[in-house]
Amino acid sequence: MTPTPIDTVEHAEATPDQAQPFAELGLKDDEYARIREILGRRPTDSELAMYSVMWSEHCSYKSSKVHLRQFAEDPPASEAMLVGMGENAGVVDVGDGLAVTFKVESHNHPSYVEPYQGAATGVGGIVRDILTMGARPIAVMDSLRFGDADAPDTKRLVTGVVAGVGGYGNCLGLPNIGGEVGFDPTYRGNPLVNALCVGVLPHERLQLAQAKGPGNKVVLLGALTGRDGIGGVSVLASATFEEEGESKRPSVQVGDPFTEKILIECCLELFDAGLVTGIQDLGGAGLSCATSETASHGDGGMQVDLDKVPLREPSMSPLEVLTSESQERMLAIVEPANVGAVLERCARWGVVSTVIGEVTGSGRLVVKWHGETVVDAPPGSLADDGPVYHRPFVRPDDAQDSLAGDTSARLPRPSNGDELRDALLRLVASPELCSRRWVTEQYDRYVLGGTVLAMPHDSGVVRLGDDSSRGIALSLDGNGRFARLDPHDGAQLALSEAYRNVACVGAQPLAVSDCLNFGSPEDPAVMWQFAEATRGLAEACRVLGTPVTGGNVSFYNQTGATAINPTPVIGVLGVIADVARRIPSGFTAAGQQILLLGDTEDELDGSAWAWVEHHHLGGRPPAVRLAAERGLAAVMTEAATLSMLTAAHDLSEGGLAQALVEACLVGGIGATVQIPGDPFVALFSETAARAIVATHDVDAVLALAAKHHVAASVVGQTGRQGLSVDGLFTVDLDELREQSEGTLPALFG
Amino acid sequence: MPATFRVGVVTFPGSLDDRDAARAVRAAGAEAVSLWHGDATLHGVDAVVLPGGFSYGDYLRAGAIARFSPVVAEIVAAANDGLPVLGICNGFQVLCESGLLPGALIRNAGLHFVCRDQRLRVECTTTRWTSHYAVGDEIVIPVKHGEGRYVADAATIDELERDARVVFRYLGGNPNGALNDIAGIRNAAGNVVGLMPHPEHAIEALTGPSIDGLPMFASVIDALVAV
Repeated sequence: MTPTPIDTVEHAEATPDQAQPFAELGLKDDEYARIREILGRRPTDSELAMYSVMWSEHCSYKSSKVHLRQFAEDPPASEAMLVGMGENAGVVDVGDGLAVTFKVESHNHPSYVEPYQGAATGVGGIVRDILTMGARPIAVMDSLRFGDADAPDTKRLVTGVVAGVGGYGNCLGLPNIGGEVGFDPTYRGNPLVNALCVGVLPHERLQLAQAKGPGNKVVLLGALTGRDGIGGVSVLASATFEEEGESKRPSVQVGDPFTEKILIECCLELFDAGLVTGIQDLGGAGLSCATSETASHGDGGMQVDLDKVPLREPSMSPLEVLTSESQERMLAIVEPANVGAVLERCARWGVVSTVIGEVTGSGRLVVKWHGETVVDAPPGSLADDGPVYHRPFVRPDDAQDSLAGDTSARLPRPSNGDELRDALLRLVASPELCSRRWVTEQYDRYVLGGTVLAMPHDSGVVRLGDDSSRGIALSLDGNGRFARLDPHDGAQLALSEAYRNVACVGAQPLAVSDCLNFGSPEDPAVMWQFAEATRGLAEACRVLGTPVTGGNVSFYNQTGATAINPTPVIGVLGVIADVARRIPSGFTAAGQQILLLGDTEDELDGSAWAWVEHHHLGGRPPAVRLAAERGLAAVMTEAATLSMLTAAHDLSEGGLAQALVEACLVGGIGATVQIPGDPFVALFSETAARAIVATHDVDAVLALAAKHHVAASVVGQTGRQGLSVDGLFTVDLDELREQSEGTLPALFG
Repeated sequence: MPATFRVGVVTFPGSLDDRDAARAVRAAGAEAVSLWHGDATLHGVDAVVLPGGFSYGDYLRAGAIARFSPVVAEIVAAANDGLPVLGICNGFQVLCESGLLPGALIRNAGLHFVCRDQRLRVECTTTRWTSHYAVGDEIVIPVKHGEGRYVADAATIDELERDARVVFRYLGGNPNGALNDIAGIRNAAGNVVGLMPHPEHAIEALTGPSIDGLPMFASVIDALVAV
């Protein structure tokens, strides 16, 4: 193999007119021109590669930035925010000197190419984001969407993704405490794999991704750098750059959870010992991103000797080393006096650690390769001053209006007890609403010993320490159908559902992380969906008092001209002062009164019923009721404090019918209910801001509901062998369980 | 009698339930002592727990590397002299790999990782770790593993059954296809017990499905008092 000549800065200066493959790397003419202007010369191959990955949609948020600003510019008043948007993850004060950091991120495209590794490294990446803040990761969640359940490729994706999420999280020792799984034809070629991680830290352990203090050393920790993942965030693996004719490597990264586990333990030791002054994980765009971001956010200068980076494949070029997305790596900034101690502690854990450079006051990121300079650029131009697009967005009036006009009112509704019973059973058994046990049984929910509630409860609840009664609650929700009908309201409804789920376990909702999954931003109709969703989300966050602390945007989820349903997935974090007072979602005792909180309207458009029974999607999503959500949450958190409720379950997909079925199956205790008004609407409408609760003290609950202006009425009693709707039908619990739990194993075995 | 018994909990790189095991030891009233995989010393502990997880990543075969670690060499020698040793999940796999217990744990019959609240029947209470149970007790303890299917040759299974060395058996559905529904076994002397379920995750009603795991840790303290 003939060594490829390395394109140095000196060489670039001498050959200003050499043609460069910027278009193949995804850079536009004006972007390339701007790079030449910034550098005052043509970029070297390495520089061009770095700009192409750093200015990619994934790293620069160039299409979404102007919309995401709403979350930061006018956030709701919150005393809990310690670190807001812009860092690796937001940090929220939860009291007792503890802070919590959480974030949800997508790994959609890699998971379609290689489901197991794509999903696994999605978990690995978000866990490192949390670790980077100085936090011990304490739990993960996942929100997954696939094509219709019986589509030919769905089984490959479901089994691979679920095994990947489980395989990585289980080996890492992080409990998986909840999430969601959805199916819809629009996700056929574009599955959504969104992973959330939450971590806890004492306030004083907060770390920032900054390279400060000229003379401080830059230390690379963790896995060796290989050719995996090159091109993960752009189109780097183009033929033009494959001059050596090497076989194409997969652009999906390969995960090693064992290496990540020891990296976590090792980094936490380093943080506790105060041995690092700054830290950044290596994710998308690898070293390019970690060096330019820490330098830009620190004192502005850094010199890196690239040939010191430990390589898995010694023939790698500087460009490949700079853009490799090999997993399980961190970049630490260490004072010279502490370097010995850092290397020693890493050696004890078996973590490879190497000094690869130092912080400088030069204002330049300088990268050397065997003594020659291959990069010499202002780090801010890479990390922060990338292009910003004001993409055109237009409501596609014809399509959107005809969708809105095609309401569910024309669909035949079940009209007697037998028909209602049959509809309920079909919904219970549908991939849409059936038990997720086949998935969640593949995830460890017990490790670390702090899990108080996990799926199938409304939220995951984790105790923050053995000696503490304080805990956090998390829920992750989205509804692509509602967002398709109205992206503004759909985003608000997703937030409402996650907020309600957190409240239903008795926790106070505090903050939001969002993962915004959309089609191509180059399509003005998709961009309109995005603009509407972000506008709706920002508004609703202000009303609910829950700031967005960070998150992720995933564009280009589309095959040909067909985009996915716009799918904002919203994570809400809450805090609960005493985890012993959490409220489970299943009925726990017989002889309790069941109350329905909230008003019910005839809102069946976009519902699970319309979709499962008629394959219909049209009309308007249920009305957004933010004030009612606040009132309901106030009832729930106060009722939890007073230990007034033995169960609470939010009403969402499938309405009251599905909520009752789940509450019965989770607790193994049946119920008899009396339905007021139109039984079909009462059972299957998906009006927001509702929940069912079980109590032995009806008067107290009614009084509390009245205090917060929440409608409440007794609708039934717990304690039967089945679910019985007075005067209409009865279903045995065993039959319900069989219908609910049989579906996914039959599909995916 | 010492004021507090000291129970060692081993940490391999890749151990995951070591904190949980230490918490369970403390909940039973003993002191938990952290043992590092690379140290050839047991620091004079009175008993040892090998916790769950993926020692050294378990990329070769669960427990196959851990058996060669300095601390396991010490544990094998001490166990042969009567030191009480409990192997949970990956710890059970290490005990089989190191020869302290017979048989092996292979990939679950369903080929999936399985995490569920598992019913078990207590079959043997003469071990150092199970005296607080009664034979026939039905308990609920979580299982969570991908390689928990206990297998051994027919002669070994016969011997285990004949000598009452099966300690726990799965009830209400075998999660992994283990022969004879075997969830846990003991050595001939009764000081070494290995099981796939995780008693350390069933010591507190708030965080576990039951508190049925606690008697295991209480039993060993009684056994130590008796010595």
